[in-house]
Amino acid sequence: MKKTYGIEVDCAACANKMEAAARKVDGVKDCVVNFMTQKMAVEFQDGADRSAVMENVRKSCKRVESDCEIFI
Amino acid sequence: MNKKQRMMLIRIIAAFIMMVALAFLPVSGPLAFVLYLLPYLTVGYDILLKAIKGIIRGQVFDECFLMATATVGAIALALYEGTSDYTEAIAVMLFYQIGELFQSYAVGKSRRSITELMDIRPDYANVERDGTLVKVDPDDIEVGSIIVVQPGEKVPIDGIVVSGSSSLNTSALTGESLPRSVEEGDEVISGSINMTSVLRIRTEKEFGESTVSKILDLVENASSRKSKSEDFISKFARVYTPAVCIGALLLALLPPLLSIALGNDPGWESWVYRALTFLVISCPCALVISIPLSFFAGIGGASREGILVKGSNYLETLSKTRIVVFDKTGTLTKGSFEVEGIHHSTMENEMLVEYAALAESSSSHPISRSLQKAYGKEIDRSRVSGVEEISGNGVIAKVDGRSVACGNDKLMRHIGVEPIPCHSAGTIIHVAIDGSYAGHIVISDIVKDDAADAIRALRKAGVERIVMLTGDREKVARSVASSLGIDEVYSELLPSGKVDKVESLLRDKSGSARLAFVGDGINDAPVLSRSDIGIAMGALGSDAAIEAADVVLMDDDPMKIATAIRISRKCLRIVYQNIVFAIGIKALCLLLGALGLADMWLAIFADVGVMVIAVLNAIRALRI
Repeated sequence: MKKTYGIEVDCAACANKMEAAARKVDGVKDCVVNFMTQKMAVEFQDGADRSAVMENVRKSCKRVESDCEIFI
Repeated sequence: MNKKQRMMLIRIIAAFIMMVALAFLPVSGPLAFVLYLLPYLTVGYDILLKAIKGIIRGQVFDECFLMATATVGAIALALYEGTSDYTEAIAVMLFYQIGELFQSYAVGKSRRSITELMDIRPDYANVERDGTLVKVDPDDIEVGSIIVVQPGEKVPIDGIVVSGSSSLNTSALTGESLPRSVEEGDEVISGSINMTSVLRIRTEKEFGESTVSKILDLVENASSRKSKSEDFISKFARVYTPAVCIGALLLALLPPLLSIALGNDPGWESWVYRALTFLVISCPCALVISIPLSFFAGIGGASREGILVKGSNYLETLSKTRIVVFDKTGTLTKGSFEVEGIHHSTMENEMLVEYAALAESSSSHPISRSLQKAYGKEIDRSRVSGVEEISGNGVIAKVDGRSVACGNDKLMRHIGVEPIPCHSAGTIIHVAIDGSYAGHIVISDIVKDDAADAIRALRKAGVERIVMLTGDREKVARSVASSLGIDEVYSELLPSGKVDKVESLLRDKSGSARLAFVGDGINDAPVLSRSDIGIAMGALGSDAAIEAADVVLMDDDPMKIATAIRISRKCLRIVYQNIVFAIGIKALCLLLGALGLADMWLAIFADVGVMVIAVLNAIRALRI
């Protein structure tokens, strides 16, 4: 299950950090952040509760980059 | 410029004016410190705040942290030495913010120019209700509804014109600038813009299944595939910053301690200053921003030409293409067959075509359609009866009470007629009437006008090997290939044979060379996905091709393949330039900094200047 979310992030290095942080969240199989299109494509593990996982993704991302936003 | 950027610009200008004014004021001591703090905080307060937040969260190698440490360090050093020279710290912060502002402006601008390019999403569809036009969400339109498209509006859903005639601008879809004229009964593709007069269209698909939605899906999902260069850079950035920071720490501590051990003057100030210079250079921004920006611009530039690349990894592969394999039909040839000659006819040529067209009239095969086209009149089905199809060989039917057999030489022998062999290249349809040979019709696929130019352009673009695969007969294949200047041909292949052939070509090729397969998207999905890079042409309206291919050419112009390769080469050249330039300058400045030859002014150039140049270079990829 793959889904793409809009994000807001100011710098490219921060986008890379968000990607690394999101990949470590439970229930996320893979994650790719594209700074240029301001999009985050998340591949979920089978049976993961998407909205719960995304809440955690947002929390992790905020921890590494306080200015970022994910539009869930 | 958005609000955030304007605010930043005001802060930068204010800080700059304050800094210049302070340079002329005869202040010193604690007063100078307090006064200089004003421009410093004006321009850098958010960086300091973020740095503190970062430390609390354990994000030490955050760029804000680096900038904060470097500038606070420089101020502390000036205080300690009593020089009251705070301009350096302020300048570093100022230039850093100018760099950030420029970056966000440039990125925002190129993002907008590319999204505008792909601005083909229709927002509404017009439906007639009780005599008036109502705007509705295209998602709510059911298949078979009648929608109205006025001049200047986008066609929201694929369909067929039921009334009206107009010109359509398809340039956003295909890059083709000539308008297409459509009239009643013609198919129209969503995303094209109606130019001259009102069209009423019966929808053939749902909005989600329409061409425009498919293309937007493709473009949006292109973001989820990253190239090797991008991966390299994000890995590099992860290692680079910590490494330089540790380097800075060592630079600040080791040489002075060594001096103390040797009984010399430690010279703390000088070494700490060099370490702070290190920190300014340690920010990986130039690299991290310029590489994805180059790819983004390259993909954007390509889509302006009607070439959709599904991800930056494919752009990278495309640039390494050395072998191009064509599936003949639909790529080099038009894929529509035409009657080319009629030989040995025992009756008038028109008669022979008429019999053949009637006998084949129940078949939807391209060959039967080409016969009907050559006949040119309405087919009267009542003249045909008792159609018997002999799979792969032809048809036997009764036309006007006479038994007509149409097909290849096997069919002729099957009914006991000896066919006269033909020397022309093409598909030969032998016709026998009432058991005796009546002549044959030569049908061939027409080579596209610019196919030969396209092959030449490919060779010029650095493609070493061009191979043509076809299911057609050897003779046809040879004649097409020689007219186009292709020297390697494999003919009479079944679809599975094409996969085998591509696999063996993949095995034989040398290390870094990549193989591209070009197909028309019909029946060649397995080969498209098996090759290093699959290119589907004329994909408008073919969903399967859009799914299976890595690069989609919106129209069926074979010249676009060479264009795509050229774009990818240019893009990759820019990527490598940026990598080498940015890493090179930074390494040089690190070295000079360690030796004490570079001050912070040079360091901030290494950071901001390199980034500005790399970003400007990246944007070049947008122009073809």
